Amino acid sequence: MLRGLWKLTWIEIKVFLREPLGAVGTIAVPVLLFLVLGKILGRGAALPSLGASRFVRVGLPVFASVLISLSAVLSLVTIISIYREGGILKRLRATPLRPQTILSAHVIAKLIFTASTLALMILAGKRYDPVGVAVPLFSFAIALVIATWSILSIGFVIASIVPTARFAQPIGAVILYPMIGICGLFVPIAALPPAVRGVTRVLPLTYVVSLLQGIWSGEAWSAHLGDLAALVVVFVVCTTVSAKIFRWE
Amino acid sequence: MGLVIEVSGIHKSYGRTVAVDEVSFGVEEGEIFGLIGPNGAGKTTTMECIEGLRKPDRGVISVLGLDPFRQVYKLQERIGVQLQQAQLQKRIKVWEAVDLWASLYRKKAVDGERLLEQLGLADKRESWFMNLSGGQKQRLFIALALINDPEVVFLDELTTGLDPQSRRAIWELVRGIRDRGKTVFLTTHLMEEAERLCDRVAIIEHGRIIDMDTPKRLVDRHCPERSVVLTTEDPMAEERFGSIPGVTAVSRSEFQFIIRGMGEELVTEVIVCLSENRIRVTDFQTILPNLEDVFLKLTGQSIRE
Repeated sequence: MLRGLWKLTWIEIKVFLREPLGAVGTIAVPVLLFLVLGKILGRGAALPSLGASRFVRVGLPVFASVLISLSAVLSLVTIISIYREGGILKRLRATPLRPQTILSAHVIAKLIFTASTLALMILAGKRYDPVGVAVPLFSFAIALVIATWSILSIGFVIASIVPTARFAQPIGAVILYPMIGICGLFVPIAALPPAVRGVTRVLPLTYVVSLLQGIWSGEAWSAHLGDLAALVVVFVVCTTVSAKIFRWE
Repeated sequence: MGLVIEVSGIHKSYGRTVAVDEVSFGVEEGEIFGLIGPNGAGKTTTMECIEGLRKPDRGVISVLGLDPFRQVYKLQERIGVQLQQAQLQKRIKVWEAVDLWASLYRKKAVDGERLLEQLGLADKRESWFMNLSGGQKQRLFIALALINDPEVVFLDELTTGLDPQSRRAIWELVRGIRDRGKTVFLTTHLMEEAERLCDRVAIIEHGRIIDMDTPKRLVDRHCPERSVVLTTEDPMAEERFGSIPGVTAVSRSEFQFIIRGMGEELVTEVIVCLSENRIRVTDFQTILPNLEDVFLKLTGQSIRE
């Protein structure tokens, strides 16, 4: 099962970095966005506005991290549909490679990119902006990787339903990005209308945001077992669904 | 020589379209076997069932004594596959692909660098897949199909879209594979390719095998008629030609004659007649039937799209 996994993962990483916008799009954009927003909002936060400063301290890093995670998922959806359309998946399958190995290589590559982008973001943040000194970075990185891993499984469901590679990016974006609006990142969930609150409760991103915000603010993992459980459920459900409906060609 | 591939009574339909209908045949060890037919005849579906990539609705397939669907991983260790219209990652380098493939098999792979050299790709080893020409891509796919030193090699529409020169070079490569004792199973819709390359062919149309044999025997069986076209001003010619043994028809337009007859002896008989009667000719050509004609006769349509 593991035969070829690391080699394939390494190749997928290299191939992705060779794309003209590969590294820039997924790594540079979230980091730059984080820095620029941090500068603008940070200046405002000097004024006595508690809300703004809390957003800069917790909301912004979490927002940037969610973006990193979602762009990894979108990129996965796009790559998988291009690979399917070009017959690359089929070609890889006609070898002793197990199907799980082929898909796992992509997941691992994306998780590595997610972690590296996060690392860059933190480094940049430390350099240009005194982001919370007491932030538990290691735990946060683990939380982000777990969150991304879980949402990548949604990526496979989306990759299974998009008709062609051309639609992969837009359809993926339409499904994923609106979740940001009501996942508790900008508006506290308690402040949402009851109907929207119901929707929020079934959105995977809600649990991602809750977990990331908690860990970033220094809360214990034990306080977020519910979030973790929800993400595991998302992973199990989506993996099961995509195992049923995934198309290789 | 035993049978390496045995297919009996396989059937595959997609919805209401029947792609493969009761197909049976056997491929012998060490031969180049071609499945020929027009696009959409069921060639690729049949091949992919044998490779274990698709499951036939019914019927039995055995490759090297294995069930291709249930024992697909065991089988893939021992076969090499080139798929129709396959691609690789756009920006994967040639050596990376070969290196990846070499790592996938349990047994020791052949020397990838040597393989690239043999296929004329050594100077392309650092190139991205997307920057290779059509012929180079196909040669890379052949390299990947050979990396595990397979016992059976499957080649699906190997030369489609290639220029005649690359095509000939690839035929040479395929003959080389057979000469190293491997069995080659290929599909093509190019009759010339089948005729020049295959030891035996099966003609498939609408998912059914119409006939199967060596190209020569297929031609002899279905199109025994040959023609000689010659030009002469000899006034006695027409009469003499009519009495050649085996001739079925003589037609003329001015000084050009078309002599039709059966069997391989026709050309010799015509030459003997010309020489015995001292008939002077200013032009002489033979028209021999080929697989294309067999196909036309068996299916009532030309294979060319």
